[in-house]
Amino acid sequence: MSLLVQLAAEKPENPLVPPVPELVIGLIAFVIVFGFLAKKLLPNINKVLEQRREAIEGGIEKAEAAQTEAQSVLEQYKAQLAEARHEAARLRQEAQEQGATLIAEMRAEGQRQREEIVAAGHAQIEADRKSAAQALRQDVGQLATDLAGKLVGESLEDHARQSRVIDRFLDELEEKAEAAR
Amino acid sequence: MSADPTQTLAFDTSCHLFDGCGFPAPGLHSFLFKPLFGDADSNLYFNKTMLLALLGSIVIVGFFWAAFAKPKVVPGKLQMIAETGYDFVRRGVVYETIGKKEGEKYVPFVVSLFFFIWMMNLWSIIPVAQFPVTAIISYPAALAAIVYITWVALTFKRQGFVGFFKNVTGYDKTLGAVLPLSMTIEFFSNLIVRPFTHAVRLFANMFAGHTLLLLFTIASWYMLNGIGIAYSGVSFVMVLVMTAFELFIQAVQAYVFVLLTCSYIQGALAEHH
Repeated sequence: MSLLVQLAAEKPENPLVPPVPELVIGLIAFVIVFGFLAKKLLPNINKVLEQRREAIEGGIEKAEAAQTEAQSVLEQYKAQLAEARHEAARLRQEAQEQGATLIAEMRAEGQRQREEIVAAGHAQIEADRKSAAQALRQDVGQLATDLAGKLVGESLEDHARQSRVIDRFLDELEEKAEAAR
Repeated sequence: MSADPTQTLAFDTSCHLFDGCGFPAPGLHSFLFKPLFGDADSNLYFNKTMLLALLGSIVIVGFFWAAFAKPKVVPGKLQMIAETGYDFVRRGVVYETIGKKEGEKYVPFVVSLFFFIWMMNLWSIIPVAQFPVTAIISYPAALAAIVYITWVALTFKRQGFVGFFKNVTGYDKTLGAVLPLSMTIEFFSNLIVRPFTHAVRLFANMFAGHTLLLLFTIASWYMLNGIGIAYSGVSFVMVLVMTAFELFIQAVQAYVFVLLTCSYIQGALAEHH
């Protein structure tokens, strides 16, 4: 029979009466655990957990900041794009307007030049006609005089008489032309 | 044969069924240990449960030392496991019952309590040790006493002398004529019965669990003869089932103990209406 069995036989213990040595050791054992955990290990991990929380929150904040920035850049870009479109439209409009005025101006200029040329032509024709008429008049006078001199045999060299006769003749011609018209 | 079956240790005997010896049933004697040093009568001795208690402390401190001595923001495997356990007690027990603001101060105490009790319970199914330290009333009693002293001191500190009695007796004017009766009951319940039940709940669960394991283990061994082998097999299956069940009960009892601790602390902190 073992010693333990003897013990059991000798002292039928009440299991609800705590033996003191075990009580003391139990307290010591718990105090060891509590001491290490409360004084060192749990504060250690709490610090790290706090750091981790901050790191995560910091990361989230950073991401949020980046998102906000991206958003503002996008809006800026969109605004710029809209402005550029607007500018382009305005330029196009302006160019069209300028082109129209230019065409109108050129057309007016062309018109003016045409009229000038036409007018100059008319003037030239008029002048030519006048000088031609003048020359014709002299030539006709000369020819008529010569012809009359030959017919009459008398010199009509006398200038005064001559021109009077010629003028009268031409006037008669003109009168005839008037009448014929 | 010669030994009184109720006083025979489980494996002290090589006696089996049909050998003519009785069943060596487990009993109170299964919870008594011969001192490793010292003398059982002098109260100066050191036995297996004490060894397991101190070893358990070293295991817990060692585990948390390995996990939390040099903690990292990005945790390793061990740190992650320890953090999960720590977080479970901190959030799941302390914050839930006492609240985050008031409870923070008691987190180390409750965490230590939980892992200490769990470890002491776990010895029950760890080979070679195979004895739940908390099945000796001294250990739960020591822990319950710490909780009780904490609770009384905290109630006095928070509520003052009159407040303490109001708190302990559940003073409530609206109860009218029943008040003296309810106050008497509450007084005994809170101040005298509660620490006792707090310790005994843990003790009895572990005591019963260990007895059941012993019963089936001894039966498996005892019946290992002739036709008894078939029954022995059934009994052994029960050993396995009960071991798994004990694993569960050990954690549950540790949880219940700290949950009650938190609820007592919360009661001490609560404003009396």
